[in-house]
Amino acid sequence: MSELFVPVLLTIITASTPLVFAAAGEVVVEKSGVLNLGVEGMMIVGAVIAFAVGVKTESAALAIISGAAGGMLTAFIFGFLTLRLLANQVATGLALTIFGLGLSALIGHGFVGKTFSGLPKIGVPFLEQIPVLGPLLFVHDILVYLSVIAVFLITYVFNKTRLGLIIRAVGENHHAAHSIGYSIVWVRMGCILFGGSMAGLGGAYLSLAYTPLWVEGMTAGRGWIALALVVFASWRAWRAFFGAYLFGGITIIQLHAQGFGVDIASQFLSMLPYLATIVVLVLISNNSSRMMLNAPADLGKSFHASD
Amino acid sequence: MIFKRLILGVFLITGMLFNAADGSAAEKKAKVGFVYVGPIGDHGWSYQHNAGRLAIARTFSDKVKTTYVESVPYGADATRVITKLARSGHDLIFTTSFGYMNPTLKIAKRFPKVKFEHATGYKRSKNLATYSGRFYEGRHVVGLIAGKMTKSNILGYVASFPIPEVIRGINSTIIAARSVNPKIKIKVVWVSTWFDPGKEADAAKALIAQGADVILQHTDSPAPLQQAQKNKVWAVGQASDMVNFGPKAQLTAIIDDWNAYYINRTKAMLDGTWSSQDTWGGFKSGMVKMAPYNKAIPSDVVAMAEKAKDGIIAGTVHPFTGPIKDQSGKIVIPAGKMADDGMLLGMNFYVEGVDGTIPK
Repeated sequence: MSELFVPVLLTIITASTPLVFAAAGEVVVEKSGVLNLGVEGMMIVGAVIAFAVGVKTESAALAIISGAAGGMLTAFIFGFLTLRLLANQVATGLALTIFGLGLSALIGHGFVGKTFSGLPKIGVPFLEQIPVLGPLLFVHDILVYLSVIAVFLITYVFNKTRLGLIIRAVGENHHAAHSIGYSIVWVRMGCILFGGSMAGLGGAYLSLAYTPLWVEGMTAGRGWIALALVVFASWRAWRAFFGAYLFGGITIIQLHAQGFGVDIASQFLSMLPYLATIVVLVLISNNSSRMMLNAPADLGKSFHASD
Repeated sequence: MIFKRLILGVFLITGMLFNAADGSAAEKKAKVGFVYVGPIGDHGWSYQHNAGRLAIARTFSDKVKTTYVESVPYGADATRVITKLARSGHDLIFTTSFGYMNPTLKIAKRFPKVKFEHATGYKRSKNLATYSGRFYEGRHVVGLIAGKMTKSNILGYVASFPIPEVIRGINSTIIAARSVNPKIKIKVVWVSTWFDPGKEADAAKALIAQGADVILQHTDSPAPLQQAQKNKVWAVGQASDMVNFGPKAQLTAIIDDWNAYYINRTKAMLDGTWSSQDTWGGFKSGMVKMAPYNKAIPSDVVAMAEKAKDGIIAGTVHPFTGPIKDQSGKIVIPAGKMADDGMLLGMNFYVEGVDGTIPK
């Protein structure tokens, strides 16, 4: 039985990891009161840069770092436009996606058809020997571990640290936070850059581990799914983590079910991950006051000290 | 999805501006437009159509200006993009995916002076021609090779949408495979997309986990082939030679070559001899080609594959020659008979040996 389930579950982890990165990063961005719709653009720039560096240097570590840096640089453009020039966040985010898709196609032009050896799997000593659970939980590439650690860290920072409180204060009421002396622009810029590097890591995971190749538009809408997952998770990183695994899980299980010849329309099965997301969204948002409580009050609003 | 729409809107507006800007400069040149379903860098379907566009640009560099719009989704977005091309002075417009059929037909009626060509569809009008490749001929050759190479007797097929084009390919493969190895089964996984490398790879992984040792695909990215390479099973490239993505895994690839057709049709448009017609080219016209065979394939299997290909060119071999039974065992093509083009074009049933049912 386990030789049947382990590959399925392993595929689910692969399918969910890019979403975990992008969604958890966006949770932090939105908690600080910024709505960055450019996740798809940051992801794909991260993907292409990670892949390009990976092919040129054959170094997985350099490739991962460059992917995160690529996402971060793209996010910096967004931060500069929305925080410094006070551009509309929704429009800038959309533009960032279009820009990222175009830029990545340009950068990736010379890398179409190249291949990368993929990320090495790292086994946790002793734990990897456990039957079934060992190969399932303790033999992965570095990015899978990193995605889990990141979710833990974000949850910890928001719940237990002063930094978390500051970010939340900035997102809830930027005037109040400003009046007690916090720099709204720098806090938000920090969050935007963090979100960008996380999206970049999600993209890097796609082009280095998931399908180690570069093709234009290879994110195929995962950035948008990550954005939906943030609302789904009511702005909590650990819920975004489970949302990503729910989405990835249903996607993969339906593919396997088809292979076994389960007699359900494949269109219906393809719809399932989205349907499940919508159902959960409806369930958690039917209590509108609780929903309002979770959403950062100043989400999407520009800040200027003179307002 | 609303965001995607918004983005497309922005794209269209910028597209309009560009079209307006270059309208005057290209006054004397004829304009040929292309609509692609995927990105031109997909290394598959859209990549090959774009190669055809570049062939036009090379051949008629002084007479024709070519434009293209890539990654255009089916539905209202396609309608807008095609209308925009028709309105901005294009003389000939190629819409290169099945799902553009109804929008193209509708818009062709509204712009009677513009010439339209729709790939893989079956609806024509006075100014709307159709064209496609007999890819099932390539899949016949692939099926023979796969039948000889599989050890597990399970072929895995990553499929996009349940349209006759795709179903025909699955049937052609299994008929050929079972002709050399009657124990073979084929498992089909539908991914409901033409292009999503991640999902295509996941489907390939699912098939490999369930015992398939030859991966075939009717989606456009090289991801399934790459998964096959990683898992040390065989695979067949789609639309273009994808050997770089799986040098050990790729048995061969079915190559779509549109260049000659696109050049001919553009020439006809320039000469004023263009008329609406239906073209369905295969090995014979060079629209379908096979990539070099993997060195690991035994020479007698290569010889058999080449013989089948030559037979198809000569007209002595037809991939759909009876007796052929459907899944329930009923004979659909009697012994000695061959399927005619009408039956091939409307094919909506699986033949014997395919696992599962066609999504309705």
